[in-house]
Amino acid sequence: MIPFDYRRATDAEAAVDLVHGHPGATFLGGGTNLVDRMKLGVSEPEMLVDVSRLPYDTVEPLPGGGVRIGSAVPNSDLAAHPLIREQYPVLSQALLAGASGQLRNLATTGGNLLQRTRCVYFQDVTTPCNKREPGSGCSARGGYTRQHAILGASQACVATHPSDMAVALAMLDATVQVQGPDGSRKIPVAELHRLPGDEPERDTVLGQADLITAVDLPELAMATRSTYRKVRDRASYAFALVSVAAALDVADGTVRQARIAFGGLAHKPWRAARAEETLRGAPATEEAFRAAAEAELAEATPLADNAFKVPMSRNTLVSVLRDLA
Amino acid sequence: MRVSPRNSPAFGTEAAAVETGGTSLAAVAPAETAPAEVAPERLGASRERLDGPAKVTGTAPYAYEHPVEEPAYLHPVQATIARGRVTSIDTGAAEAVPGVLAVLTHTNAPRLADTEDAELAVLQSDAVAFRGQFVAAVVAETPESARHAADLVRVGYGEQPHEVELGPEGGTPAARTDHGDLEAAMASAAVVLDRTYTTPMQHNNPMEPHTTIAQWTADGLTLHESTQGVYSVRSVVAPVFGLDPEQVQVFAPHVGGGFGSKGLPHAPLVLTALAAQRSGGRPVKFAVTRQQMFALTGHRTPTSQRIRLAADDRGRLSAIGHDALEHTARIKEFSEGSSTASGIMYAAPNRRITQRLVPRDVPVTSWMRAPGHCPGMHVLETAMDEMAQACGVDPVEFRIRNEPELDPLSGKPFSSRNLVACLREGARRFDWQRRDPAAGVRREGDWLVGTGVAASTYPTHVFPGSSARIRYEGGRYAVFIGAADLGTGAWTALAQIAAEALEVPFEVVDPHIGSTEFPTATVAGGSTGITSWGSAIVQAATSFRDQYGTQPPEGAEAEGATQPNPDAERFSMHAFGAQFAEVRVHADTGEIRVPRMLGVFAAGRIVNARTARSQLIGGMTMGLSMALHEHSVLDSRFGHVVNHDFAGYHIAAHADVDSIEAAWIDEHDPHVNPMGTKGIGEIGIVGAAAAVGNAAYHATGVRVRDLPLTPEKFLR
Ligand SMILES: Cc1cc2nc3c(=O)[nH]c(=O)nc-3n(C[C@H](O)[C@H](O)[C@H](O)COP(=O)(O)OP(=O)(O)OC[C@H]3O[C@@H](n4cnc5c(N)ncnc54)[C@H](O)[C@@H]3O)c2cc1C
Ligand code: SF4
Repeated sequence: MIPFDYRRATDAEAAVDLVHGHPGATFLGGGTNLVDRMKLGVSEPEMLVDVSRLPYDTVEPLPGGGVRIGSAVPNSDLAAHPLIREQYPVLSQALLAGASGQLRNLATTGGNLLQRTRCVYFQDVTTPCNKREPGSGCSARGGYTRQHAILGASQACVATHPSDMAVALAMLDATVQVQGPDGSRKIPVAELHRLPGDEPERDTVLGQADLITAVDLPELAMATRSTYRKVRDRASYAFALVSVAAALDVADGTVRQARIAFGGLAHKPWRAARAEETLRGAPATEEAFRAAAEAELAEATPLADNAFKVPMSRNTLVSVLRDLA
Repeated sequence: MRVSPRNSPAFGTEAAAVETGGTSLAAVAPAETAPAEVAPERLGASRERLDGPAKVTGTAPYAYEHPVEEPAYLHPVQATIARGRVTSIDTGAAEAVPGVLAVLTHTNAPRLADTEDAELAVLQSDAVAFRGQFVAAVVAETPESARHAADLVRVGYGEQPHEVELGPEGGTPAARTDHGDLEAAMASAAVVLDRTYTTPMQHNNPMEPHTTIAQWTADGLTLHESTQGVYSVRSVVAPVFGLDPEQVQVFAPHVGGGFGSKGLPHAPLVLTALAAQRSGGRPVKFAVTRQQMFALTGHRTPTSQRIRLAADDRGRLSAIGHDALEHTARIKEFSEGSSTASGIMYAAPNRRITQRLVPRDVPVTSWMRAPGHCPGMHVLETAMDEMAQACGVDPVEFRIRNEPELDPLSGKPFSSRNLVACLREGARRFDWQRRDPAAGVRREGDWLVGTGVAASTYPTHVFPGSSARIRYEGGRYAVFIGAADLGTGAWTALAQIAAEALEVPFEVVDPHIGSTEFPTATVAGGSTGITSWGSAIVQAATSFRDQYGTQPPEGAEAEGATQPNPDAERFSMHAFGAQFAEVRVHADTGEIRVPRMLGVFAAGRIVNARTARSQLIGGMTMGLSMALHEHSVLDSRFGHVVNHDFAGYHIAAHADVDSIEAAWIDEHDPHVNPMGTKGIGEIGIVGAAAAVGNAAYHATGVRVRDLPLTPEKFLR
């Protein structure tokens, strides 16, 4: 851990300016991920710009439908919010399936989205890691890969994104509001995180001084019956081996629309477009659900320790859709 | 007239919870003739912890919290190779950090007087024997600057090839017992089983990490240490620093768990004391981080264990073979002894028990709750379940059918052995007779359901060498002994023992423990604490009454020590138990849940029903955790445990622990020690994982022979 400077921003523009003007600066949310990384020497910011007290701490209905979630809203408040529980239960469930009560009280919406991988080699500065130190090599390949990716990985990196919340947001087609040095813009959550490719050091499409100010949820009738299922090694307080966020619109035994995202399988929340496509117009039967899961997982490339993720994610998806149908 | 505390409603409730043990003792209470106000203590009462209020209000001082003047802080630098030499160390940048007082390396660290114990020979040479070994340390004004400076120390290495993996073969023989002819019995039996099982490397993870405050004074070395034995620390540390034992003062009034890892001093203590020689007399504080614990404070070896069983067609065993393979650090030999318990559990005329050790470039192995018996009984009791199935005999009945009359190894009688009573009582409470023996056939919703049983055992020892002093003052009895309370309840149980031995009410006894200012006490390990220290206290009480009668003068004082037990040679002494578990496995995902565990134990006399229950269910919870989660993943390329934190090394969380019940049968053993106690710190973990695994098999039809029972092992 290196000595660092701490600043508290008063508004978004000032925060962005502070970070923009300082290559060693970074935003601080609840600190539950960043401070851990600093203690481990994985991240060594010279300046922290605390954005947890910016006035982005509310959950409000949007005028044209949908909901805006401020980036500083604590995970626990978001999970408990009536709008979320009633209209987007998948999001509430995903949040409550993550971390612990104490951590959720501190963790923010923005910080949760941008938490970094739990790959044990990324977190251990004594081992090579392309994400931490580009070009040094990937220790996970040939090492301990139980938690690693089976979809969309690259030769350079096979890490997974650990957030549960982001999986629900990707399924809901949420968008992220970003304030950057050149003004503000919107990015769909499904496009916020990257696949590792040749640049595993870049988790997302954001720049160093891009501040997340809010996450917008679209109005979505089928989301009222959405659900999140997380499979993990412990009954609580463990990252997902596999998770599924899903919503299903079924009429007369036929699937009109399915929305599915997987967690624990890739470098980003994995929106299962192929499975969704396969299900459109298909009978709402176990066979169809299985076929959809298999279509999505056809290109899975498991590693030494995580071949189980293929049947586990297939079975979990089938089981979730069966319950929703 | 005041009511004796044993008859109070609160006691009644507690007694009901623990049933047999508590109830029967409560039943005798009213017959006592109570003196003036409060009845004299009788063992078995359900006493609240004396240290409870201090703990829940955060005022009980743990080692690191002991207030000291002007402390300096230590942060170590650990080797990033598993074997080789340190070829260069650049401490310039570290020394330049403001607040840094000293940077110690093998080139400048003070020399130790005795380096025979390689684990403790800290910074004495350039050799690196395992990854994570100390190669330098920074002492600074604040923990932050020490940590920052430690990151700036640059170490160059000459790396040599290392080997950390334990294969299924190899090793040097560490022990062997042969009775009869195992091979011949296997060849001629109606039913045989020959299986190899593995248990992974595991790490003791007490809530409180290993912490030390070390300070040198004109009189020697003062240590505030998180330890299972202040005298163990003194006797090990004194020669290392060339001191007389009396020059080492050790204090440990409260300890936040140890599970064996604090049984003997490890390298962090030596490093802190070394650093305190370079701090200008200031005390130096060091709290090992969770990650560092995975390299520096001991662990349980992985094991590979082959079990061979032979039986006739009625399920009577004719042979038991148990071959255990374990690793040991190259620099310090330690044998877990996994196959030991197979010597005494079941009758069989032919038996072979072997132990082999494979030296590896790993950190030192050490005690972890129920060394040997925990992994060994896990596999024996899993194999017994498989064998019961193969013989078509109910697994409870199968064990009863193979109950030995005498200790099969020594031929001696057992001082008491109530395994059968535990099995029967457990079966009754668990409604075992209604169990359908078929595996993989019960389903409730998405969950496959099953139940399992396993036996437990742990040897009963008394360590020689404890003594206690009792002093009478102001109508109260102060009891002094350098014992340790790791959260076990020793403070309270020792006061109860003293009160009973003195025949006075519990309320007038004040225990004093956790300091080398008090008489010698042996380590809190091997489930011997209460038996060893209690024996000394009983002896002191007897001597006190012999000298002063029941009307002692103010300031009256007497000492007593544990006495040799003449029965120890005549009897085989062990505690036993039976564990039952219900398991649910999700049919789609393989997730495993344990809604119910029951342990029934025969462990001699129970001193304090409340803290005993907590010890037993604590052991069972740790067994559950071992069954489902615990696995230190050693990366053979680097040589270290890569899941070295609580996000990676899973321990059962609250949500994993559902109903866990512990009970005991009334057991009177006149041979073990003056109190009739057998020790309960470890038996709870023994067999617990096997009961869970056997239940998982019964639920799914899938037999997992390699722990832990993670979901993928049940996926279809
Ligand atoms: C023991 C443990 C268990 C956990 N288990 C789970 C789990 O099961 N599931 C799960 O999903 N998560 C889990 N987590 C992770 C937890 O959810 C995250 O740590 C938390 O959500 C991060 O939020 P934060 O506000 O504390 O972020 P911080 O730590 O403050 O920041 C995280 C990152 O986001 C950046 N950042 C923060 N806010 C902004 C912003 N507004 N704009 C731009 N950048 C920003 C920071 O620079 C930093 O890089 C666990 C964490 C721990 C410690
Ligand atoms: S998987 Fe990615 S994060 Fe993990 S070691 Fe490889 S490069 Fe680093």
